[in-house]
Amino acid sequence: MAGMKALRHGLLRWVSILALLAAWEIVARAHVVSAFLLPAFSTVMARLAGDVISGELLPGIGLTLYRALAGFSLAAAAGVAVGILIARSPLARWFLDPLVSIGLPMPKIAFLPVFILWFGVFDTAKILMAAFSAVFPVIVASWAAAEGVERAMLWSALSLGAGRRQLLWEIALPAALPQIFTGLQVALPIALIVEIVSEMAMGGEGIGGTIIMQMRFADSPGVFSGIVAIAVVGSILVKAMELIRRRLLVWHPEAAR
Amino acid sequence: MRAALLRYAPLLLVALAWEAAPRLGLVRPDALPPLSAVAHAWVGLLASGDLVRQGLSSLENLVAGLGLGIVVGVALGILMAWYRPVEMLVNPLVRILYPLPRSALIPVMILWLGLGAASKIASVFLGCLLPVVLSAYNGARGVDQVLVWSALAAGASRRRVLWEVVLPAAMPEILAGVRNALALSFILLVAAEFLIGQRGLGYLISFLGEGGVYDAMFAGVVTVSAVGFFADRLYLMLMGWMLRWRE
Repeated sequence: MAGMKALRHGLLRWVSILALLAAWEIVARAHVVSAFLLPAFSTVMARLAGDVISGELLPGIGLTLYRALAGFSLAAAAGVAVGILIARSPLARWFLDPLVSIGLPMPKIAFLPVFILWFGVFDTAKILMAAFSAVFPVIVASWAAAEGVERAMLWSALSLGAGRRQLLWEIALPAALPQIFTGLQVALPIALIVEIVSEMAMGGEGIGGTIIMQMRFADSPGVFSGIVAIAVVGSILVKAMELIRRRLLVWHPEAAR
Repeated sequence: MRAALLRYAPLLLVALAWEAAPRLGLVRPDALPPLSAVAHAWVGLLASGDLVRQGLSSLENLVAGLGLGIVVGVALGILMAWYRPVEMLVNPLVRILYPLPRSALIPVMILWLGLGAASKIASVFLGCLLPVVLSAYNGARGVDQVLVWSALAAGASRRRVLWEVVLPAAMPEILAGVRNALALSFILLVAAEFLIGQRGLGYLISFLGEGGVYDAMFAGVVTVSAVGFFADRLYLMLMGWMLRWRE
């Protein structure tokens, strides 16, 4: 019975999505709105499949993904290092605390023209823009996480003869990991959002630039299929982060839930 | 006073470095104009009325999009938690659309609504909507059922329970969701202004950058950053004030 209920619930979850897609198809086919404003879902999917087969779509998606992940990785490495540094060094805290508390809520996207001025309109500028936007949540999360590591745990490890290096890598980092990971999970979607904006504003290859070109040429099936492709990439990234989290934190009580 | 000076001394140091680096020839002045030149350009932008005019345009679109996002988002989130059919209808859509990088929708808004304020407002609205929906939904779902039952048993109508029990109890989570939405609304508005142009601070910055007026461009970037920063601070104060009834 429980199985039946779960199955019914699972099916219900898809009903509204299927209903929406059906409504999209019907509205488009009945020409309630022009095909230019809303191409039929089937048209969009056919276009998507066509672009995948012709090899036009995947290199662009791959490039966007590469830039977003490169920016995110830079932000993750720098953010964790800086966050831990702030938690451990009073001097670093004195200097960086006001800068971070201003940088976190500041709309980093406004720096896009500055990045264009400094780094041009190619990969470097796009990757650094994503990294700059994503780094602050990681710093703050790592800082809070490193502060939150229980002193008693560190003392016990020290008294058992752990070296300072061991203390950092084997005690402090694992203990801080859940909170750091939460920061990373906030940062990744930001990196992707900003990457797409950068590509749209700077042009060139990559799905953001492609969508803007298609928009300028009034190629609406192209625009919609690009968005469907980005949506799929976004979902995969979010899911992947959840999976990695579960893998990394197998030992943590949260994994038992 | 001294404590404040010590706390903000790093900002002073950064400002000094910004002034000194181009003057000492460490960086090219056209890549980073000295802070004083940027301040001078800022005064110029203010005096010419550009800053106020474009700032007001940005503010209007931000408030419209964010306000609409909050009202619709809170209503939808609470209805989802309160009425099962709404939940079954809306929740799957929210889940499947949530990971979509919201900036990708700007071109569709331009296709649908043209190059103007409507596209900017719609982009901000769509960007803010889901975080608010989810926070209201989670907040309202987390309401202590005992509270709801006691209120119903005491004879309160369902509508009154919704307004006087569920909404206040969900408020902390809603307010946290709105803070995320505020940050997102800035990203989406400035991005939309870059792409759509015509008006707004984002347009002003990219226009000045393309024209090579870099001191004024930096003045615009600093302005947008400051507005975003103070909007968040102001919101935190508002949040504290709205939650003052909590222990």
